[in-house]
Amino acid sequence: MASVTSGDEPKSSVVGHARWVRLSHWILAASVLTLAFSGFEILMVHPRLYWGKAGNDLTPALFELPISRNYQHGGWAPPVTFFPGASPVVSAARTYDIFNHNSWGRSLHFLAAWFLLITGLIYLVAGLASGHLWRHLVPRLQELAARLLWQDIVSHLRLPMRTARGGPPYGLLQKLTYSAVILIALPLMVLTGLAMSPAVTAAYPGLLDLFGGSQSARTIHFFVFAALVLFLIVHVVMVALSGFARQMRAMTIGD
Amino acid sequence: MKKDKLVIVSRRKIVTGLASTGGLLLVGCSSKELPPTYGNVLRMGDLLTYRAFRMLLPARSLVREYSRSDITSSPATGTSNPADPHQELYNAERGTLYDRLRAGAFADWRLRIEGRVARPRSFSLAELQALSSRTQITKHTCEEGWSAIAEWTGVPLRAVLEAAGILPSARFVNFFAYDDTAEGIDMLDALHPQTILAYGMNGRDLPPAHGAPLRLRVETQLGYKSVKFLERIVVKDEFDDLGKIGSLQNGWAWYVGI
Repeated sequence: MASVTSGDEPKSSVVGHARWVRLSHWILAASVLTLAFSGFEILMVHPRLYWGKAGNDLTPALFELPISRNYQHGGWAPPVTFFPGASPVVSAARTYDIFNHNSWGRSLHFLAAWFLLITGLIYLVAGLASGHLWRHLVPRLQELAARLLWQDIVSHLRLPMRTARGGPPYGLLQKLTYSAVILIALPLMVLTGLAMSPAVTAAYPGLLDLFGGSQSARTIHFFVFAALVLFLIVHVVMVALSGFARQMRAMTIGD
Repeated sequence: MKKDKLVIVSRRKIVTGLASTGGLLLVGCSSKELPPTYGNVLRMGDLLTYRAFRMLLPARSLVREYSRSDITSSPATGTSNPADPHQELYNAERGTLYDRLRAGAFADWRLRIEGRVARPRSFSLAELQALSSRTQITKHTCEEGWSAIAEWTGVPLRAVLEAAGILPSARFVNFFAYDDTAEGIDMLDALHPQTILAYGMNGRDLPPAHGAPLRLRVETQLGYKSVKFLERIVVKDEFDDLGKIGSLQNGWAWYVGI
């Protein structure tokens, strides 16, 4: 991609993307797209997000998203009180026929999650063993200077962009972004996802404490999803601006 | 002696389990001991999740139990009254019967335990309430995305199954309800100490909309496995998809630990 090379990498060593990087890139890309699609369907079924251990239509939401007819549908029978008080514990029967395609939505989500998890683990092992992660992706300490960061930002804003070779060495912004996606966002998606599972949290209740409850985990899952969608858009735009055909060749046939 | 035998059995199970990991996605197509996939890729994914969870997660972990101050409001979704013909799931015969039982304060209601048990029998509500009870404050996680914490009081399913004498070959426990739904769980979840038949919620009788007089609580799975308005329990050696009233033929995953 368009990049200001960070300097300490001899250009002659560049051979584009390794075969395992290309293969895992596309499996992960397909998984992430499927997870985003099915995840959005799941979110449409209950477009309310909460903070804490539990949350539902009868408890206050952190925020609500107008993304399906389930948004503030209001179809509830008169509530019955279990415990009165300042914030009473009540029960109410739902009378509204909600939008719900979770039968295939959830199964598709977890099928894609398996591909993400297994490919992701193989990628991390290969990335550590080959040195790809440390040599190409994680920024060096001396690179993390405001001046270098500014330089790279400016070079990204200059149009038309220089055509990039495809593959490492990467610029500072690329390193920061790719590292954040691979080492922070995707593992966080897996962990917050597992923190919503009753069977997994029975075995590892620490996941509940880590995120402050399964509904907090769901909300974090949503925000990281939003960040990953933003990354995806910027990533595709940058690929397009820095020589789309050249970039696609590099990530597919490895030219 | 008995202990040694148990160890051998569980080791053999582990070895069989490990040997079949290679064919994780395929093995369900022929085996009657696993949920069928019908050749559907989504069901193959469900089966992979089920097998992986059973293989990788320690058995018998207890779900977190909360304190009374953590109790939240609880929506009642799905069927709220099996006797109401306007409900999405309704069976005229069972609905009418339910209406009659409820009119008599469930005095004539009986829970039948049948199938692969040595002594098939029924329990009245009073008989179930006479067995030693368990009260737990747990989180109900709905597949829709919401959750609710409530206190549930009931009798461990294990005690009821043992009273009827589960045969050693039994592998699955299926539950039939008055609202024309049915669900099944494997023996690991059925014998789980927190899997109870609940007749009380938040310190009072189980409210009608939450499945009166008796509902299942499977705390290690999502809410839709916790069948409301229980009518009958059937113990089986082999997997049964429960036909048109079971989750599988309606497109839903059978195992929902996630």
